[in-house]
Amino acid sequence: MSDFPFLSVLTVAPLVGALVVAVLPRRRPELAKQVALGWSLLVLALSVVMWVTWQTGGDRFQFRESYPWIPNWGVNFTFAADGIALVMLMLIALLVPLVILASWHDAESSKRSVPTYFALLLVLEFTMIGVFAAADVFLFYVFFEVMLVPMYFLIGSYGGHQRQYAAVKFFLYSLVGGLFMLAAVIGLWVVGGKTFDWVELSQVDISTGAERWLFLGFFIAFAIKAPFFPFHTWLPDAGGAAPAGAAALLVGVLDKVGTFGLLRYCLPLFPDAAKWFAPWALALGVIGIIYAALLAIGQNDLKRLVSYTSIAHFGFIGIGIFAFTSQAATGAVLYMVNHGLATGLLFLVVGMLVARRGSALISDFGGAGKLVPLLAGVLFFAGLASLALPGTAPFISEFLVLIGTFSVNKPVAVIATLGIILAAAYVLWMVQRTTQGTLNPALTEVEGMKRDLNLREKVVVAPLVALIVLLGFYPKPVTDVINPAVQATMQDIGKTDPAPSAGTPQEASR
Amino acid sequence: MSELKLPSIDYAALAPTLILLGAALVGVLVEAFVPRRRRHVVQLAVALLAVLGALTMVVLNANDRLITIGGAIAIDGPALFLQGAILVLAAMALLLIGERTVERGGAFVAQAAVTAESADDRRQAEGAPGATEVYPLTSFAVGGMLIFVAANDLLTMFIALEVLSLPLYLLCALARRRRLLSQEAAMKYFLLGAYASAFFLFGVALVYGFTAGIPGRAAGVDFATIHAAVAESPSSSVLLFGGMAMIAIGLLFKAGAAPFHVWTPDVYQGAPTPITGFMAACTKVAAFGALLRVFHVAFEGARWDFTPVLGTVAVLTMLVGAVLAVTQTDIKRLLAYSSIANAGYLLVGVLAPTSDGVSGTMFYLVAYGFSVLAAFAVVTLVRDADGEATHLSRWAGLGQRSPFYAGLFTFILLAFAGIPLTSGFTSKFAVFSAAFDGGQGWLVIAGVLTSMVLAFPYLRVVVLMWLSEPGESTPAVVMPGWLTSAALTIGVVATLVLGVFPQPLLDLAAGAAEFVR
Repeated sequence: MSDFPFLSVLTVAPLVGALVVAVLPRRRPELAKQVALGWSLLVLALSVVMWVTWQTGGDRFQFRESYPWIPNWGVNFTFAADGIALVMLMLIALLVPLVILASWHDAESSKRSVPTYFALLLVLEFTMIGVFAAADVFLFYVFFEVMLVPMYFLIGSYGGHQRQYAAVKFFLYSLVGGLFMLAAVIGLWVVGGKTFDWVELSQVDISTGAERWLFLGFFIAFAIKAPFFPFHTWLPDAGGAAPAGAAALLVGVLDKVGTFGLLRYCLPLFPDAAKWFAPWALALGVIGIIYAALLAIGQNDLKRLVSYTSIAHFGFIGIGIFAFTSQAATGAVLYMVNHGLATGLLFLVVGMLVARRGSALISDFGGAGKLVPLLAGVLFFAGLASLALPGTAPFISEFLVLIGTFSVNKPVAVIATLGIILAAAYVLWMVQRTTQGTLNPALTEVEGMKRDLNLREKVVVAPLVALIVLLGFYPKPVTDVINPAVQATMQDIGKTDPAPSAGTPQEASR
Repeated sequence: MSELKLPSIDYAALAPTLILLGAALVGVLVEAFVPRRRRHVVQLAVALLAVLGALTMVVLNANDRLITIGGAIAIDGPALFLQGAILVLAAMALLLIGERTVERGGAFVAQAAVTAESADDRRQAEGAPGATEVYPLTSFAVGGMLIFVAANDLLTMFIALEVLSLPLYLLCALARRRRLLSQEAAMKYFLLGAYASAFFLFGVALVYGFTAGIPGRAAGVDFATIHAAVAESPSSSVLLFGGMAMIAIGLLFKAGAAPFHVWTPDVYQGAPTPITGFMAACTKVAAFGALLRVFHVAFEGARWDFTPVLGTVAVLTMLVGAVLAVTQTDIKRLLAYSSIANAGYLLVGVLAPTSDGVSGTMFYLVAYGFSVLAAFAVVTLVRDADGEATHLSRWAGLGQRSPFYAGLFTFILLAFAGIPLTSGFTSKFAVFSAAFDGGQGWLVIAGVLTSMVLAFPYLRVVVLMWLSEPGESTPAVVMPGWLTSAALTIGVVATLVLGVFPQPLLDLAAGAAEFVR
């Protein structure tokens, strides 16, 4: 079974599904939705099989496939997954069917074609899987750029207020980053002996100056994608304007490409430059944590608020990556997964609230818990998960990042810890102002607010809630997959963990 | 009196050019002897058959590497590749030129001499069959281009330049509607083109003088002589640099590079759209073919002298094209500035001192030609009762009126923006990687930075088409006839295929990248 070309099939399957959905007649939206959902479940099933086939403790890269594409430039369709990519692929495969289910009626409010919306979601899944499965730098770049196109149309065509502005801003920011990366990709190709193969490139010796420039080209692209402060300004606009489902994928998965890219490309390919730039990256991470949290507190728009919280979380992930300890890095990768679950859930729940109320402004709510108790409860749970309450999955990752950082860089860890307090502030205030307190009389007149979660919405939130709790108590299945990849990455950059002075922090965290 | 020795002539190698020029002459006779109502079909058939016949000869000659007709013409890899490219793109352009169902009577005016905006002019705008002289004129121009990319001395190159330019000046003046704009465009193109030709000729004279100053060698303007003279020149020479600069000006003018680009937007806007497409695709191939040959064959030894200057021109061209494209409100002018910026990217490839640079540039030329012809094919379709609706505000909401054609145009714009899986990306990669490899990293940085700027105008059109609501004046897309459909299909499919599977054409270009001297 392990000979099965999992990654290429997994990559291409959503594209085929998208083509099928796209040619369905526009007048039969229900059929398009069902086909899209069925197809994404198929992809999920396939990825579950892949997860089971994965050999824990086996090679760093598994499921490797390679087919020639453009021999003149040494470009191959090379797919391979390490533990980090594997968990991200699982996250994508899980989130997409939930998003499709959650977006069941989203596209109907716009005048655009409903089948196209679901086809775009599947195209997006194709590019997202491709970007994580690629082990050829050229192929990675191709997916990295093409990914913009479906998301651009999802935001621009199906988004809310200010969707044009948000879509163009999103596209231009990402394209600018991508073009910096293109220059670096070409440079890497030239200094690396005209190959794009990741394994070969990771063994190339690059002169210090060139390495720093190339690192910078990649880093800017990833920092814009992630996004880190000060490249973050597109995210609140895009997240605020995108339809809730697309926003969940945007923040839950798309942005992880940036942090994933740092771990897979920046660190192993340019280890010395990574160490040289690490203080700067840590500074950006810390600033992002505090600054974005403060902005989140001041938001009156639910979707923008969630976007800002994500920027703060990306600050944590960035710190975890550039602390160069295996706990911090494991924490960062785990954070990528948990944040996808928690913020994905938060975005979807907020989307449900916004769809009912017809407004995303916090001031338009107030006491909503009295009308829709179940929905309010899930919102509260999602909020607690994203402030990393112990017992939820994000707590473990945040804790790992902080202790991993503390062992090598105390000031950064201490300042970052302040972010937890701010997180409590923005989440609890948001929950309080929307669902608690006296009932806003205007709410009772809104027809939608009289319906609590229906069966479809319960099916959407249940798996996410379950996973957040499960991974909060028992993260071992995920960490077992992540750990070898993280250890290997740490070896690539030649960093070893400092000897623990008292007890082992890793045991303490479990 | 000594006996005159005739040079040997390899007619088979020259066949493509001869076929085209012959077809042009036949076209002139057709004008004289075939009844008016049949002329259009006959002329189109003659021109298309000639192009396809010439293409066949190019394919048959594919392995030729020779210099013939007394050293005037070099049939080598680049010449054959570029001739093939010109012929394929010319065939596509001819399909657009021959279209008559989109607009009654075609895109060309019946009688260009009728006073513009007069009552007669308005009458003939409403469906009088267009002039069929366009076909022999196009054939002459294509014939000139075929010589231009194969010329092995500067005088042959000059004659080819004139043969390809003069018909183009005329063709620009033949738009059916907006006659004044069209005539103005032709006039501007002619006057500036004449200046550029004069520069070129002066440059040839200076270079001749330079070669005459090298002791122990016969003077001449064939590339082998110039190459040897540059290599043996004891010190840098004013004559050489002056001549090289003037020749470069003449060629850069045709290529549409800044600061010799000012004619481009006006001419692109005023010319009949099929001709605009023809110029953007074929003239570009011809001009860059000549630039490649002049700078890789004749002046190769002076590379370190001309690279900084031409590099500056390339950066300026990219900047001007990208920045001014942002402010355009007319789709044809926007595409004109985009073609200027693309000339800058092509120059990056020309300046890469390797055979990868040559093959990358040639690949870029073909890829860009297909895309730009498809783009102008769509422009011919967006129209209302007064002809083409080229103002960008008229394109608002086109995606809802005609999603299919708006989708195709979006795809082409994404290609221009260099998004992967389109030929725009692979061709940019080809020239940038060659330049980086050749030590011209600064040009790559400039190219990447301007690409960022250039993405904005393309994106603006996409936003207009898809995200804006259709206005009162948004026209629908006219159903194209089979000629335009064929050209559009070829262009879009080529843009996709060259983006996803570029390998065959890259192989072809790499195998044809060596010049003979």
